[in-house]
Amino acid sequence: MSTAVDVKTLIIDGVDVSARQDQTVLDVARENNIFIPTLCHLEGLTEVGACRLCLVEIKGSPKLFPACVLKVEEGMQVTTKSDRLLHYRRTILELLFAERNHVCAVCVANGNCELQTIAQSQGLTHVRLPYRNPKLPVDLSHERFAADHNRCILCTRCVRVCAEIEGAHVWDITGRGIDCRVITDLDDPWGSSSCTRCGKCVQVCPTGALFDKSKVGVPHPKYPEFLPYLNLMRDGQ
Amino acid sequence: MTSEELQQIAEGVRLEHENYDYEVNVCMGAGCLAQHSDQFKNALAKEAEASGKRCHVRSAGCQGLCAAGPLALVEPSKTLYGHLHESDAKEVIESLGEKPVERLHIQLEDYFKGQRHVVLENCGHIDPEKIDEYIGCGGYAALLKVLTEMDPAAVIDQIAKSGLRGRGGGGYPTGLKWGTVAKALGSPKYIICNGDEGDPGAFMDRSVLEGDPQRVIEGMSIAAYAVGASKGYIYVRAEYPLAVSRFTASLREARRRGFLGNNICGTPFNFDIEIRLGAGAFVCGEETALIASIEGKRGTPRPRPPYPAVSGLWNCPTLINNVETFANVAPILRHGAEWFAGMGTERSKGTKVFALTGKITNTGLVEIPMGMSLREIIFSIGGGVPDGHKFKAVQTGGPSGGCLPEEHLDLNISYDALIGAGSMMGSGGMIVMDDTSCMVNVARFFVEFCMTESCGKCIPCRAGTAQMYGLLTKICNGEATHQDLDLLIDLCDVVKNTSLCGLGQTAPNPVLSTLRYFRDEYLEHIDNHRCPAGVCACSANDAKPQERTKERVEVEA
Repeated sequence: MSTAVDVKTLIIDGVDVSARQDQTVLDVARENNIFIPTLCHLEGLTEVGACRLCLVEIKGSPKLFPACVLKVEEGMQVTTKSDRLLHYRRTILELLFAERNHVCAVCVANGNCELQTIAQSQGLTHVRLPYRNPKLPVDLSHERFAADHNRCILCTRCVRVCAEIEGAHVWDITGRGIDCRVITDLDDPWGSSSCTRCGKCVQVCPTGALFDKSKVGVPHPKYPEFLPYLNLMRDGQ
Repeated sequence: MTSEELQQIAEGVRLEHENYDYEVNVCMGAGCLAQHSDQFKNALAKEAEASGKRCHVRSAGCQGLCAAGPLALVEPSKTLYGHLHESDAKEVIESLGEKPVERLHIQLEDYFKGQRHVVLENCGHIDPEKIDEYIGCGGYAALLKVLTEMDPAAVIDQIAKSGLRGRGGGGYPTGLKWGTVAKALGSPKYIICNGDEGDPGAFMDRSVLEGDPQRVIEGMSIAAYAVGASKGYIYVRAEYPLAVSRFTASLREARRRGFLGNNICGTPFNFDIEIRLGAGAFVCGEETALIASIEGKRGTPRPRPPYPAVSGLWNCPTLINNVETFANVAPILRHGAEWFAGMGTERSKGTKVFALTGKITNTGLVEIPMGMSLREIIFSIGGGVPDGHKFKAVQTGGPSGGCLPEEHLDLNISYDALIGAGSMMGSGGMIVMDDTSCMVNVARFFVEFCMTESCGKCIPCRAGTAQMYGLLTKICNGEATHQDLDLLIDLCDVVKNTSLCGLGQTAPNPVLSTLRYFRDEYLEHIDNHRCPAGVCACSANDAKPQERTKERVEVEA
């Protein structure tokens, strides 16, 4: 069985590329080894378009578009790197670093952190904004894992993986604006929540916000690449 | 319901009017009710009965001039009374047919002269909970005509020709939106009425929902017929309990009269409306967040496209319009698109309701034809700035809008002119400020509003508005440097261009517009640590209030 799929051609950073019509600009860029930074995007989860790091320019529009949800169009001319975009990406990263307490030197994810890696890739050398230094809790109630809200960037990967892949929907968001926080169940301690202990949230967490207690003091790489495989096996295709 | 039956009801209402020599419409809008207009109404009804005069006391909607509440309008003499108290009831009844009570009589010719009521035509003249009174004013004739004489394409054509644009603030052409939903593939389709009016100082939609709810139901029904929907939702904020209860009662009345339900007016058209209450989140006025909220999810926006017209409520094609937009629909179809297009400017047709608040004499609701100058609204209709103070700025468009200074007062109100001047139409809030307002402090207020109302989904809005608020506080306190100002301007650019939804994208507007027109006030705070209006904490720091008091005591001594 084959259904006809339209193929579109477009230009990303001056390179002619082809894409299926249902692909996003981010998919196509990655296929062609064009790097676009992302934090909330993760292959295998629904897109939320929240981190705004993947914003790209489209010729003919003054607006910026998030590549993770932008569907390809015939003849589209995409720019993923410009001084303007770099400035915006750096400022967004600065906002993140100043928002909570991201102290790499004492973070369990140091060296394996997506926020850290992206900041390096964007050449972020310092933060111009005042640090907010909020007082945030660390939830150590779970027997295997821990949640350090000081490191959370609210990408909601944990929320989505728990709801969409594990099907438990233990994680969610409480509060609004700057007071947002990820919670388990109705803001119960993680240890006494309905958590299934699968650990998927820990594996998809881009920073040291969710971590395995046994990995404190030793390198804590994460393996979010299992998601497309799980989806593949589950859909049976 | 046939047109004969409709006429019969209207005739019944007319005969009812003839039973009375006088009718007193007491405002039962939230503003007047808060000042006990219900007690006045009860007292008035008692007095009317005791007097033996043929007088009908009606619970009506908003009369507009909220500053002078509680209000009552006496028909047929069109005498408007204000500041009423239950003890005034006897005097008002006694004066019927005689000279008006001078003490309570409001004579503001300028206030009414410039206005043109389309959306508010029935507000304050009918009892909002009685559908027959609405029919008596020509209500539901448009729906009947649409269902029996027009095909959906013709309805959309009329709306498009009228030039009506979205009254929620964006100004998207309504006809185009309806056409898109009508063409969208997918079933069922939904109609949503956005009544989540959240801008500080705005109460246009509330007054329409409280004063003339049937008009919104008729508008939604016509829209449903035009786009092929059979289910509608109205999303009203829970902070409007009176609007909710009046609208609920109106839905019941409309069902009773057969304007909602199955086989409406004997045609195959089915449509019904359900109320959903907002739980106090400003961001739920954003259409995708509103849809998420109706679906029972956390009210956060999602990236567009896909637009709700293609994939909205439960991923079905959805038409979302504002209360005031729907309120304009029935008159357009009743009087024709040309009639509507005859009002306003070239690209902004019709009228617009504004809520005048702040430092203005005639606080209240006004409806003016588009193209009127700000000066006319503020100084002629609004009565100018009270207490001998000097006008400084007018804020339009709520937290998404901007502050316009005196030199822009001759600007003619239209979507494009306001955007060109660095503000926006918004939903219709108009806050007037005088020389006692500090523009930096005003900007800080609106940024604080956006900060606390940000849903927290995207980083620029969540963390950016908080940083902007911090920098503005620093400026207000006289502790900021020029570097802080540059950083603030930079942050405004980032938040404006990278935020996910309209809330974040427009959150910097109050800062940008005050920086554009009142930069000197910012610089005064930074360079001289002084607040020119004497509002911010820095002016107190500067002069050291305790010492000043001591000095003053000495001088006075």
